[in-house]
Amino acid sequence: MKFSENWLRAYVNPDLDSDRLAHALTMAGLEVEALETVAPPFDKVVVGEVLSLEKHPDADRLNVCRVNIGAGEPLQIVCGAANVRAGAKVPCALVGAQLPKMAIKQAKVRGVESFGMLCSESELGLADESSGLLLLPPDAMVGQSIREYLGLDDKLYTLKLTPNRSDCLSVAGVAREVAAVTGAGLSLPNAVVVSAAIPERIVVTVDEPTACPRYCGRVLKGLNAAATTPEWMGRRLKRSGLRPISAIVDVTNYVLLELGQPLHAFDLAKIQGGISVRFARSGEQLELLNQQTAALDSDMLVISDTAQILALAGVMGGQASAVSDTTVDIFLESAFFNPDTIAGKARRLTLSTDSSYRFERGVDFAATRAALERATQLLLEICGGAAGEITEVTAELPQRAPIRLLVARVNQVLGIVLGAAQIAALLSRLQFDFSEDGGVFQVTPPSYRFDLAIEADLIEEMARLYGYDNIPALPPRGSLNMLAQSEAARGRDALRAQLIARDYQEVINYSFVDAAWERDIAGNDNPLPLKNPISSQMGVMRSTLLGGLIDNLCFNLNRKQERVRLFETGCCFTRSADGFNQPEKIAGLCYGNAKPEQWGEVVRGVDFYDAKADVEALFWPAVPRFEAALHPALHPGQAAKVSLEGEFIGWIGTLHPKWQQKYELPAAPVLFELEMAVLLRGRVPAFAEISKFQAVRRDIAVVVDEGVSVQALLDGMSEHLPGVVAELALFDVYRGKGIDLGKKSLAFRVLMQDTRQTLTDEEVDAVTAQLAEVLTSRYGAKLRN
Amino acid sequence: MLNLDNILKEAQAAFAGIDNPDELEQAKARYLGKSGVLTEQLKQLGKMLPEERREAGARINQAKGLLEQALKDRREAIQERLLQAQLAQEALDVTLPGRGLGVGGLHPVTRTLQRIEALFRSIGFSIAEGPEIESDFYNFTALNIPENHPARAMHDTFYVDDQHVLRTHTSPVQVHYMQNHQPPLKIIAPGRVYRCDSDVTHTPMFHQVEGLWVDEQVNFAELKGVLADFMQRFFERDDLKVRFRPSFFPFTEPSAEMDIGCVMCGGTGCRVCSHTGWLEVLGCGMVHPNVLGHVNVDSEKYLGFAFGLGVERLAMLRYGVNDLRLFFESDLRFLRQFN
Repeated sequence: MKFSENWLRAYVNPDLDSDRLAHALTMAGLEVEALETVAPPFDKVVVGEVLSLEKHPDADRLNVCRVNIGAGEPLQIVCGAANVRAGAKVPCALVGAQLPKMAIKQAKVRGVESFGMLCSESELGLADESSGLLLLPPDAMVGQSIREYLGLDDKLYTLKLTPNRSDCLSVAGVAREVAAVTGAGLSLPNAVVVSAAIPERIVVTVDEPTACPRYCGRVLKGLNAAATTPEWMGRRLKRSGLRPISAIVDVTNYVLLELGQPLHAFDLAKIQGGISVRFARSGEQLELLNQQTAALDSDMLVISDTAQILALAGVMGGQASAVSDTTVDIFLESAFFNPDTIAGKARRLTLSTDSSYRFERGVDFAATRAALERATQLLLEICGGAAGEITEVTAELPQRAPIRLLVARVNQVLGIVLGAAQIAALLSRLQFDFSEDGGVFQVTPPSYRFDLAIEADLIEEMARLYGYDNIPALPPRGSLNMLAQSEAARGRDALRAQLIARDYQEVINYSFVDAAWERDIAGNDNPLPLKNPISSQMGVMRSTLLGGLIDNLCFNLNRKQERVRLFETGCCFTRSADGFNQPEKIAGLCYGNAKPEQWGEVVRGVDFYDAKADVEALFWPAVPRFEAALHPALHPGQAAKVSLEGEFIGWIGTLHPKWQQKYELPAAPVLFELEMAVLLRGRVPAFAEISKFQAVRRDIAVVVDEGVSVQALLDGMSEHLPGVVAELALFDVYRGKGIDLGKKSLAFRVLMQDTRQTLTDEEVDAVTAQLAEVLTSRYGAKLRN
Repeated sequence: MLNLDNILKEAQAAFAGIDNPDELEQAKARYLGKSGVLTEQLKQLGKMLPEERREAGARINQAKGLLEQALKDRREAIQERLLQAQLAQEALDVTLPGRGLGVGGLHPVTRTLQRIEALFRSIGFSIAEGPEIESDFYNFTALNIPENHPARAMHDTFYVDDQHVLRTHTSPVQVHYMQNHQPPLKIIAPGRVYRCDSDVTHTPMFHQVEGLWVDEQVNFAELKGVLADFMQRFFERDDLKVRFRPSFFPFTEPSAEMDIGCVMCGGTGCRVCSHTGWLEVLGCGMVHPNVLGHVNVDSEKYLGFAFGLGVERLAMLRYGVNDLRLFFESDLRFLRQFN
């Protein structure tokens, strides 16, 4: 909502300067988004009349003008504008004038004295550029200050209104609010009644009284559609951001801005028979004023005559019945359409009009007729002609039931102490109807307020007028109870801290990705698409975090980073039988050297086992299992499925060479992705007795085929693990001299301990032999010594 | 016997000239060994008269004691010198960098979230969560935003299907939480939210923290108190100015927009605050009775307040970040600034 301050002050003129008035509006909930001046400061510019002009003796393009400024002798002024002519009225800057970009002095222009300057709009700072002088209307009063004549000492307010305050979508509405907020007197344009001078009328049938509870219209005949819109009206329209078009359209727009009531003028000659207000039938179309042809839905309300649809009710008129320069007779409509009926219809047609914007938020249904009268009055003044009687069809209008407002509740909700008298005073300033009895108010909201239905709404009104600033900021009260803290639950922050300590940098990527990533990285040919994505690169919901990390790697490699270690936590999305799976995951990527380049360390690229250690650390003290498996993103020989106690929890592996090639990566990163829910499970530690007896260590070294996995050997040995074995772990892998090709040497550490006695050599040897026997008999291992 | 003094002098001189522990032990043998000079002297005692023997024995023993002392002193001196030599040899250039892995860091948004969570936890708020693909009911209807309500146009919504959206705010978590917990309730709900909007000042995904306190006696003055306290603690400025303006959210009534004095210019006006001196930082209000009604909380008995703040906005203001989009580009040169 944009309007001129002078217009507003014509209705309400509080004793506040522009900035303070803007502040008062903002603090009342009508946020002033912009407060601009109409014109930059300048002075000593008056309306001048060019009496005569003759060519400059020494310059073809210059004229020497004699200019009447309403006082004293006419001034001689040299002017270079092409559009200067005798009889023109133009802004004339006098000697001593300070214009936005220059000061006017008495000067000789190519030898001819000049006592001022005739001005263009840009020279006055009214436009960025202009061609020629600003030509004023012939009736401009010579000698009058141009600031006064053009009303330039004005400011423009732009309000950012919330959707609940449709009552302030008009200058009169804002004025009413200013009066309530500041206590200043309000004088709105007087209501008029134009009595019928002609008998013509149009029969109106409202088929949908719920959608259109009130419809008013009247015929006006003999209008001069080519009449000039008055200067004051055009100025107010322009300062509200509307371009003057023609007198009839300008009047309807003006009343819209003044009173907030959308009006529509139909060319009477284009209407056949009576008018009906009905819903569109399927298949019906309408060519709108903006030349868009709209396919209408059966929930769209239309204005129709016996032959065709004339307008999309409350949204936009049709092209066929539009007024034009040749229009002589019109049918002028002022209606109240139900907000629910209009809501969403313009948006569905990708339109937003001043009319639909107001109707879907709520227009004052008590002012339908008054707005029609006001527009009639203005039309007759400007275009001449005569008006017929108003046809009004009214059904059941919205209810404004009284709302109970308890003094005690106001104070309870707001945390202040207001008495009944203070509340009554605030309600009076709002001009609400109310009664009070023993701290209980009954308040009837006015017809223009669509946002007041319950007590809480009125409490907000009390708070607004009392001033949010005047409500104290108090420390909260409440019982002090400690928060539950589950020790067995691990926090995401602890996991993050662990990865950060292991040199990973956290990133956050969008949850929507390119469908190609889903196909490549997740092997997902059926990703979850968005119906209205920002772009096709962000068209589907991610089912894995890995795509984003690989993209981040490419981004950083292009910026000369050589070692990249990233992690992200976030939800992933897939369809499920009854909706959507949205598991949270944590994923990591490492690329480049295992350690930062430094002295005293052998440079080595990061590999699977480095990342595996990071994954194991995340789970510690739980020990996940790793099992070779295929994953679309990963190298088939360097990928593992991770599980914990039989439950699948994620993947780890090196990026598949084909994706490394596709994404043009100099080396393959190692990636992992794990289910967050499992990682968040921790445990409360439980104490176990520490053995008083020394542990005994024995090592078992074997040679096995390359194809035998360490996990298989550990599993085999663990099947019947003697109770004295406290730890069984691999500690060395050797290939090379002394070991045949295709074989590997593995060394296991066996720690044995008994809680009751010191183990004898015989017992220790028996356990070692038992384990070695498993390896040799079941896995073809050969013992090394 | 006169030569005892000479022996002593000679031995002390010999010890003093030795720098090596082995040589010192050899020298010791020369004087104190089985056939050492001093031992030989002791062997002479047997040939003496008893009186002479007593006197000579005492003198020899005295000389022996002196010699052993000299030997001990010399041994310690040699050890000390050897230790010093070892220490000198083992000295490191302590200015060489330490070895090992580096240390990564948190994303600035996470860092900011952790800070927000810590502040609200300190007065007893719990953390709640909810899904990011949300049903139309939770995202809108239960929050008093019926279909076609103009407020829906304020949310540029991503649709997954006709009934499901990417949540446009964290407010639906309120609804989930109230369905599953009885008042009094005191939660914040941090998380990702989505709006179909992308330009210099908007990213299609960002983070919010929703807050909700439902109890029998919370009020608007306390809402102001809690949020003013939060902003002052967050920015670590006790004198940070705050103001509350009436606003509109379908799920709160009364509703307010909270501004803080511009932390960039101190309120004198700058580009960041559009020369107003104020920064809009969050929306809040008393929970609308219809929202409580949707989850069967008695709105006569219980009052609630709720707020929602933008995490990126606070992070930008806190750290002086001038471009929202940097948060989601994953540029290590940006991210490492927050380690």
